Amino acid sequence: MNKILTAALMSLVFAGICAADEPSAAEAVAQAVTETVSETAVVEAAAPAPVTTADLAMFAVNNLWVMAGGMLVFLMHLGFACVESGLARAKNCNNILFKNTLTPAIGFLSYAVCGFALMYPGVNWIWNNWFGFAGFGLHLPAGDPILYHNGEFTYWTDFFFQGMFAATAATIVSGAVAERVKLTSYLIFTAIYVSVVYPIVGSWGWGGGWLDALHFHDFAGSTFVHSVGGWAALSGVILLGPRIGKYVDGKVMPIMGHNMPLVTIGVFLLWLGWFGFNGASALNADPSKVSLVLVNTMIAASAAVVSSMLTSRIMLHHPDLSMTMNGCLAGLVGVTAGADCVSVGSAVIIGLVSGIIVVPAVVFFDRIHLDDPVGALSVHLVNGVWGTLAVGLFSVVPEYTFKVQLLGAVVIGLVSFASSFAIFFALKKISGIRVSEEEELRGLDLCEHGGEAYPGFQFFVNM
Amino acid sequence: MKLIIAYIQPDRLNPVKQALYARNIFKISVTNALGCGQQRGYVHMWRGALQEVNLLKKVRLAIAVNDDFVEPTIEGICEGARTGHIGDGKIFVLPIDECVRIRTGERGNEAIG
Repeated sequence: MNKILTAALMSLVFAGICAADEPSAAEAVAQAVTETVSETAVVEAAAPAPVTTADLAMFAVNNLWVMAGGMLVFLMHLGFACVESGLARAKNCNNILFKNTLTPAIGFLSYAVCGFALMYPGVNWIWNNWFGFAGFGLHLPAGDPILYHNGEFTYWTDFFFQGMFAATAATIVSGAVAERVKLTSYLIFTAIYVSVVYPIVGSWGWGGGWLDALHFHDFAGSTFVHSVGGWAALSGVILLGPRIGKYVDGKVMPIMGHNMPLVTIGVFLLWLGWFGFNGASALNADPSKVSLVLVNTMIAASAAVVSSMLTSRIMLHHPDLSMTMNGCLAGLVGVTAGADCVSVGSAVIIGLVSGIIVVPAVVFFDRIHLDDPVGALSVHLVNGVWGTLAVGLFSVVPEYTFKVQLLGAVVIGLVSFASSFAIFFALKKISGIRVSEEEELRGLDLCEHGGEAYPGFQFFVNM
Repeated sequence: MKLIIAYIQPDRLNPVKQALYARNIFKISVTNALGCGQQRGYVHMWRGALQEVNLLKKVRLAIAVNDDFVEPTIEGICEGARTGHIGDGKIFVLPIDECVRIRTGERGNEAIG
């Protein structure tokens, strides 16, 4: 009896407190809101809003996430190095590792010289939102760093993150032209492509150019990074021709990679790096956006792994490891354009389709005698285009239309293919882009670098 | 019956195989080998230091043929392996006393052919 009385009394008191509390709390909030609104109104008229402690804390968090994303994108270069060297033959292993070490270095340097200023010209558009240039080199803008990009990151973080991206586009080419390209020609191509072509094309969307004005959406670079790299890979492959012994009397001869564990490590590194590639492309640490992007990225890759496994089982009679690895990367490339604007269900469909198309794409490029040792065309070009179009099909944002996505993919495809073809063609005429037959047969490690990747081991070099 | 042993440059293996196939010679065994001849190895630079390499990588072919196939085999190996540079390799022709095909018990010319 006593207990019941106490409980009833307690609940009455509690209800009273709540009842008394509610209006006062609401009043306080209302008052605060009015104050803030009037304050902002006054401030806007006079000077920029004063930076609060909360703003500074968010600035630090946002900036940290984008910097960490840049580091994850850097890790992807190791992933590319592993995948490409594993899928090539042992006699060319050093050469591929060499190219993949030089690519981020040359890419970052050339992006600093003029790439960054071409890609993000700001207000310095020279010709109709098609071409802008903010001057050679890096120039830290004056003023409080927090004002540089709405409190999201500093100028240096911006350059760091975008510079890592730039070199990624060139690395895609490295895999497709592997085992026969002349080192110097490849390095010159990389420097020109990263400092001129990639940033000008990128400025049309990410730099606020004409495609951006049409609401063309490429969240993290299915087009601006992957298909731009993929088109360059295509022109490189066409101008180089196939490796010796790849197509004999019209028949496709397999040239097997030499280290599948290395390929697997590389794919996992790329997969991990992609969380920075896509996740930090939100350009801030907005909790709900970034977490959705990470889930979409992971689930599309997972769907693509499963669908490429099944497709290779049906088409090639075995669940092929290298195809499944290509499938994983295909799913990641496919979801990159729309990771922030599609539902999780749509991300699964995008991934499934990516995994399915990558297998026939590899077979198709072999049929038409385009020799791509690592499947870069099927992964980055085909799925870069697919991912861009998928935004038009699955986006929850109505402004992103299929028509504009198609227009962007086609125009960027034409421009990147034509310009990369021109660069490779000029190099071919001037200094040649392919090693001699003897060097190709002996292996690029011995001929270009004077050393082997596996000294003390003996392989049949004709493999 | 002769045993033809040839040491060739590793990267000439494919052309040699093709030249032999063109002459209807399909039975061949191939092993990796290390060795040197007239060239006595070469000097190799690794991380700024000179390293002498005495034993070069070679591929060793062993082909057992009946007498009428000896010349075509030698021709094929020479055609595929000759580049004109030092280190193209050598061919040795040895007599064979006996040959047995294990599966059938055949002996002599039949076992080789």
